[in-house]
Amino acid sequence: MAQGWGLGALFNLDHYGHYIQWHVIQISVANLVVIILMVATFIAALFAPFPGRRNRKGSK
Amino acid sequence: MSNAQIERQWTSRLRHRVVEKLPPEKLLPDTQPAYVASWIYVFGVTTMAALGIVILTGTILALDGPQWWHSSSLGHFINSMHLWSVEIFFFAMVVHLWGKFSMAAWRGGRSMTWVTGGVTFLASILAGFTGYVSQTNFDSQWISTQAKDGINATGGGAFFNVLNLGQMLMWHIVLLPLAAVVLTGLHVIMVRVKGVVPPFEETTEVSA
Amino acid sequence: MTKKAFRPDVDAPEYKGAYVPYDIIKEGAIAVLVVLILTAALALVFSSPDEKAITIKTWSNADTVDFAQTAGDELTGTSAVAGYGAPYNNNGTAQHWGFLAPEHWVGVHIPINTTNDFVINPLSDQPAQPRLTAALNEWKSASSATQSAWGAAYAKVEAKLTYSNGQVHLPTTAAGPIPVLLSYETQMARSGALDQALIAQNGFYTTNYTKPLLFISDGTYFAGLASKQHLAGDQWGMMNETGQYPGQAWLWLYTFWYQISPYNTSASGDFLVWGTMMILTALLVLLPFIPGLRSVPRRLKIYRIIWREHYARQA
Ligand code: HEM
Repeated sequence: MAQGWGLGALFNLDHYGHYIQWHVIQISVANLVVIILMVATFIAALFAPFPGRRNRKGSK
Repeated sequence: MSNAQIERQWTSRLRHRVVEKLPPEKLLPDTQPAYVASWIYVFGVTTMAALGIVILTGTILALDGPQWWHSSSLGHFINSMHLWSVEIFFFAMVVHLWGKFSMAAWRGGRSMTWVTGGVTFLASILAGFTGYVSQTNFDSQWISTQAKDGINATGGGAFFNVLNLGQMLMWHIVLLPLAAVVLTGLHVIMVRVKGVVPPFEETTEVSA
Repeated sequence: MTKKAFRPDVDAPEYKGAYVPYDIIKEGAIAVLVVLILTAALALVFSSPDEKAITIKTWSNADTVDFAQTAGDELTGTSAVAGYGAPYNNNGTAQHWGFLAPEHWVGVHIPINTTNDFVINPLSDQPAQPRLTAALNEWKSASSATQSAWGAAYAKVEAKLTYSNGQVHLPTTAAGPIPVLLSYETQMARSGALDQALIAQNGFYTTNYTKPLLFISDGTYFAGLASKQHLAGDQWGMMNETGQYPGQAWLWLYTFWYQISPYNTSASGDFLVWGTMMILTALLVLLPFIPGLRSVPRRLKIYRIIWREHYARQA
C-alpha cells in the first residue's frame, strides 16, 4: 500500500490475525500483547526506583 | 470610578476568585510534596502528551481530507501515527486510572477530579469509536453496521446514526475532541487547585 | 460545631511534611518527546491497517447468488433490515426490558422501505427497457396480497436461485415479476450503477451511506469476510482489528457480555448489554461516592508500594 516514500511497514501486519481461545475468552495476540504490556508497565511503575529522591528526610 | 466600584465589578470579582483559587504558584508549582516520588505519577502527563499527538496528527490528516490517507503514502504514514498515538493514549490512560485507583486519589475533596477523569475516559472511547467508523474502509463499514444495533436499542440510533459518515466525521473531528480537551483541562485544573492527594495515614506507632 | 469523624476513604490527612523541587513542565516536555518518538517508531515499523471498503459492485461480482438472494429478501420484505423496526420502519419488535423500550418510544426516524429504496426505485430510474418496464409495472400495479403471494413463492425456491448469462433463474413460475426484477437489479449491481443509485437518492452531494451499508450488511458475503478477520460479535469482534493489529481493547467488557447468556440468546441482547454497561460505567465514574467499593484501594494496599519512601521516612 504505502510504498515509494519508504514509509511502508517494516513488519507487515496485514495477514489474518492469530487468536487465542480459552473457554469463552477469545482474544487476538495483538490485543493480548497490549494488555500484558499495560500490566507490566503498571507493575514496573510501582516498583521502579524514582530518580532523585534518595536520602531526603521528610521532617522539616 | 471609585475603588469600591471597581472592586464590585464582575470582572474584578472573577479575577479575585480565580487568583484566590488558583494562584500562579499553584497552577505551575515548582515543588511537590516529598511523597510524590513514583513513576506512577507520570502517566497523567503521558496521557496528556499522547492526547496532544493524537490531535496533532489528526489535524494533519484534516488538512488534506478523508481521501488522502488511502492514496498517499505520506497520508497513510500520518494515519498510522494517528492510530498508534491513540493506542498509546488509551494505554497511558488505563495505567493512570489503575494508579489513581490504587491511591484512592479522590480523597480530600478530589472526587470531582475522579469523576471528570471518568467522563473523559468515556468521551475518549466515543472519540475513538467515531474515528474507527470514519476510516472509510472495510473496518469502518463493518464496525458501523454492527454498532448500529446497540445504539439503536437505546433509542439513540435515531439521532446518532453511525451509518452516516458525515455526521460521524463531524463528531470525530469537532465535537468529541473539543469535549476531550475541555474535560482534560477541567480535570488538570482541579488537580492543580487541590494539589496531589496525600498518602493514607498508616496509624501505627507514631501519630503526630 | 462538632468535628466530623475522619473517613479514611473520603477524607485525606493533612500533609505537613517537606516539599521537594519538581519540574512539571520539563516532565511534560519529556513526555511529549517520548510519545512522539514512540508513535513515529510504531507507525514506521507496523504501519496501520486499511482494508479496502467493499461495494455492492464487488460483492455482486464476488458472490452473485448471495447478492441476488439478498436483493430478493429486500424486495419481498424478509431481510433483517426490512423487519428491523425502529428507527428504520415499523416492521419489527423493538428491543426492550420489561416496560423499558426506548427504541420503540423514539420511533421511526430514518425511514427505510427496503422494497422501494433498495430495489424498485433504483430500477425505476434506469433507462427504459421493455422487459424491465413491464416487470416494474406488473409489480407496482399488483395488490399487496399478490405481491405477498409472489414473495412466498420466491421464498420457497430462494435457496435454489442461480445466475447465468446475466439472468437470475428461479425454479418456479409463481413468483411473478420477481426473477426479472432481480435479474436487472443484479446487472445494475455488477456494473456499479446500484452503488451510485443508492447514494444518489440523497441528491448530488452526500455524506450519508446508511442505505448502501444496510443493504450490504443484509448479505452473508460481508459477514463472511468479517468472520475471517474475527470481527463478528460472537468472536469478541468489537475489540478486534483487521489484520494482526491491536484494536479497541478497551471495549473488552462491553464485548464480553455478548459472549454469554442471557445476552447472547435474548432478542433484546443489545439493550441488556447497554443497560449493564451503563450501570457499571456509573459505578466506575461515581466510585468515590460508593461505600464499600471506595475502600477497596485501602484494602488492596498497592498504595504502600507507591508511597514506600514516604512510609520509610515516617518509620
Ligand atoms: C484524557 C484522559 C486523562 C488525562 C489527560 C489525565 C491527566 C491527569 C493529570 C496530568 C493528572 C495530574 C498528574 C498525575 O497525578 O498523573 C491527573 C490526576 C488525576 N487523574 Fe487523570 N487524566 C485522565 C483520565 C483520568 C481517568 C480516566 C481517571 C479516573 C477515572 C483519572 C483520575 C485522576 C485523579 C483522581 C487524579 C488526581 C490525582 C491526585 O490528586 O493525586 N484521570 N490526571
